[in-house]
Amino acid sequence: MAQRDDLVIRVAGEAGEGVLSTGQLLTLAAARAGYAVLTDSVPPAEIKGGHSLFQIRIAPHRLRARGDVVDILLAFNQEAFDRNINELRDGGLLVYDSGELTPLDSGGRYEQHALPLTDIAKNELKFELGKNVVAVGALAALFGLSADHIRELLRQRFARKGEDILNKNYAALDAGFGYVGRNIPERGALQVQPGAPTEYRKLVVSGNQAIAMGSLAGGCRVYAGYPITPATDIMEFLAAELPKVGGSVVQAEDEMSAIGMAIGSSYAGKKSMTATSGPGLSLMVELMGLAGMAEIPLVIVDAQRVGPSTGMPTRQEQGDLFLAALGGHGEIQRVVLAPVSVADCFTQAVNAFNLAEQFQMPVLLLTDTILAVRTEGIPAPDLATLEIVDRATYAGSPAATESVANGTSANGASANAAASANGAGVAPGIESGYKRYTFTESGVSPMAIPGTEGGQYVATGLEHNEAGRPRSDGGNHVAMTDKRFHKMEMARRAAPPAHTYGDPEAEIGVLCWGPAFGMVVEAIDILAQRGIKVSALAPRMLWPLPDQQLKPFIESKRIVLVPEMNYSGQFAQLVRARYLSDVRSVTEYSGAAFQVSRLVQEIEGVVQHAR
Amino acid sequence: MPDSTTTNAATLLPLDTYKSDEKPTWCPGCGDFGVLNGLYNAMRAKGLKTKDIVIVSGIGCSSRLPFFVASYGFHGVHGRAMPIATGIKVGNPDLKVLAMGGDGDAFAIGGGHFVHAARRNLDICYVIMDNNIYGLTKGQTSPTSNVGFVTKTTPKGTPDRPINPLQLAIAAGATFVARGFSGKPKELAELIVQGISHNGFAVIDTYSPCPTFNKVNTFKSYRDQVGELPAEHDPSDIAKGLVAAGSDDPLYLGVLYQQQLDSFEDHLKAQKTGTEADAPAVMENLFKLYA
Repeated sequence: MAQRDDLVIRVAGEAGEGVLSTGQLLTLAAARAGYAVLTDSVPPAEIKGGHSLFQIRIAPHRLRARGDVVDILLAFNQEAFDRNINELRDGGLLVYDSGELTPLDSGGRYEQHALPLTDIAKNELKFELGKNVVAVGALAALFGLSADHIRELLRQRFARKGEDILNKNYAALDAGFGYVGRNIPERGALQVQPGAPTEYRKLVVSGNQAIAMGSLAGGCRVYAGYPITPATDIMEFLAAELPKVGGSVVQAEDEMSAIGMAIGSSYAGKKSMTATSGPGLSLMVELMGLAGMAEIPLVIVDAQRVGPSTGMPTRQEQGDLFLAALGGHGEIQRVVLAPVSVADCFTQAVNAFNLAEQFQMPVLLLTDTILAVRTEGIPAPDLATLEIVDRATYAGSPAATESVANGTSANGASANAAASANGAGVAPGIESGYKRYTFTESGVSPMAIPGTEGGQYVATGLEHNEAGRPRSDGGNHVAMTDKRFHKMEMARRAAPPAHTYGDPEAEIGVLCWGPAFGMVVEAIDILAQRGIKVSALAPRMLWPLPDQQLKPFIESKRIVLVPEMNYSGQFAQLVRARYLSDVRSVTEYSGAAFQVSRLVQEIEGVVQHAR
Repeated sequence: MPDSTTTNAATLLPLDTYKSDEKPTWCPGCGDFGVLNGLYNAMRAKGLKTKDIVIVSGIGCSSRLPFFVASYGFHGVHGRAMPIATGIKVGNPDLKVLAMGGDGDAFAIGGGHFVHAARRNLDICYVIMDNNIYGLTKGQTSPTSNVGFVTKTTPKGTPDRPINPLQLAIAAGATFVARGFSGKPKELAELIVQGISHNGFAVIDTYSPCPTFNKVNTFKSYRDQVGELPAEHDPSDIAKGLVAAGSDDPLYLGVLYQQQLDSFEDHLKAQKTGTEADAPAVMENLFKLYA
């Protein structure tokens, strides 16, 4: 039988039994062997015990989504079988730990093979912990991954534990390969070739890890957060790395404190961030408004999960867009970005810091469960060419110090201050001195960092005048509101380039955001084979809506679909409201990602209707 | 306790150096004027430079205070002065940070943060301007109001017992716990000097009466109730500190409890293993680790 160019393997079992470590080892080894990899995992809702699954898709070419159906299912126990067997495709392969379960006969729907993992580890190897490595060997043998890269990874992982442990792991690996070689000789239909060798360096990271790396590269030096699934990995990653560059991570007592700390450290001059999920973002909103009002750069990552309230904490939803873009009392200036892939998580983290610094406002980076936990092999970003933006700062006014030091009273100095350029020569504390919120063409005012002489000012959430003094007259409020919203217009124009795919001339357009883009791309490839032309666009900036990207796209299409993973069609609603265009919402709110086949169906349906 | 770091008189800056030209928004006779004056004098006595000071507050009458000081300031949102102050110190530990605000801000909406700032031993001086009432919202019961306190939201008297701020601070891990009184601004200034000098979380609960809405806890009532700590009081003794904090006759002024411990900032500093210059190498190592 011909070789495959795409294979989906799912490992399922009890949490804590090694589902994750099996999957991760296989993923890394496959990536090193030159395969494109893309993973998905569902952590259990329980801490110990409970069902857990890890899915890895491998191919010689770039992958965009997790794959609709499972080609090989490895079931560690009966529950794993029960819960996952329906997703094994017809003609697929079930392997199961025969020491743990005896599945009913498939009736010919799929092929099945016993894999006595527990037995091999316990009786043959006398090494019970080696069960997962036996599983890795068996799976690798099934699709044709050589043992070399796995051995190298085992060496890296276990060498420091001594020769004996390492050799036991090698033996477990060999046992897995050996068993499959002897008992499942017909593997031709499962074999996948690795891709052509690539020129670039590769990283194998999750979306959360890519965000943490991008933040480091983007200049983040303070992180404050409160643990929450699925965002916590970012904090754990940075807790290990930030102190190495002189930065700090603080675990706050709640999310209000987390964002408050990030605002405080940004005010003090450090690029700062927090990361959370929906429930945490709900708590942060008041302080997000403070950052908008006081014009403080800030990055907030929201790894969305199913809400409202505690919802389904380990499942997938894109339900926080309204909260991110519109949430809060009053009208808060903010930018919302969304990455579409793991590689884009890095890029967008850098973009988030750059935009926050450039426009002195909160920037939200919206990911979600599948993107947060997904691992992909990505090209290592070229740090040398990375553009890093720092905020406009106020250089200070040493003359002001001298006037005080010479005994000029603060109040006395105010008389001749009027003529000075933004505070030069005026003693601190005088309203006519440094103006933190001075009106400028761009709306952005140079920010004094505490410690700078002559820049003394009070940051406040109260409406204020140019000097930062609380003022509630209408004229001032209009001018300041205009200033802050002008920054939003500037940010709109500065939107990073959108992702596009498909035939730009197509009459059917798909507008989407976040990881839905990968699913749309795969749908477009399938439709192209059927002669249906579709063009897709996923803006990197969701708020403010980048008119220059969205308007021409919408205007050039006869029909625009907006698939997103929420009930209300939130992005579709924002697009309709701004462009008065009757875009068609396609939603998925089961807690799972879109199946590519569903998107294909929806688009085909639209095409047939249009004819 | 004498403060050895106080600058000597010859080098003191003029008091006006610390004053902004923003007019205080407080009612005539408000206790907060005395606290503000105590603060000016303490900053001067410490020889602080306004460029290195950040006054952080929340929301409330007393939280307006940063605007009246010629230093940096952060007037945040209600109850969140501690998170903002923590962030500022994490961002730049060299800054001198004071938090100033009311009893509602500190112990009601901000009560959770107060406890955590104390247990972290954050190196700031927190002066709570305690008037036992909500003034900005025009007279409602506060977390330090006594049982039976009648206000518009508690017409039959509040059923809630008051928090004892000093006992709370000691129990939560604050390492400098004192009580001041706006009616004794000189002593208050000295307490603030000590609080600023203390390495760690310095809490100064300060009676700062509201003449407009609180007719019970007044300058006069406090004058009658406050008293000096006995000469033999040992502030390093936590049990004695708690007992002194619990006394209601007299209400002791002064430093009730003090302990020397590493501050939050000391710990963060010790955890740092590199500097900004190491960033490229750290990224390169990560790229190798995740290859």
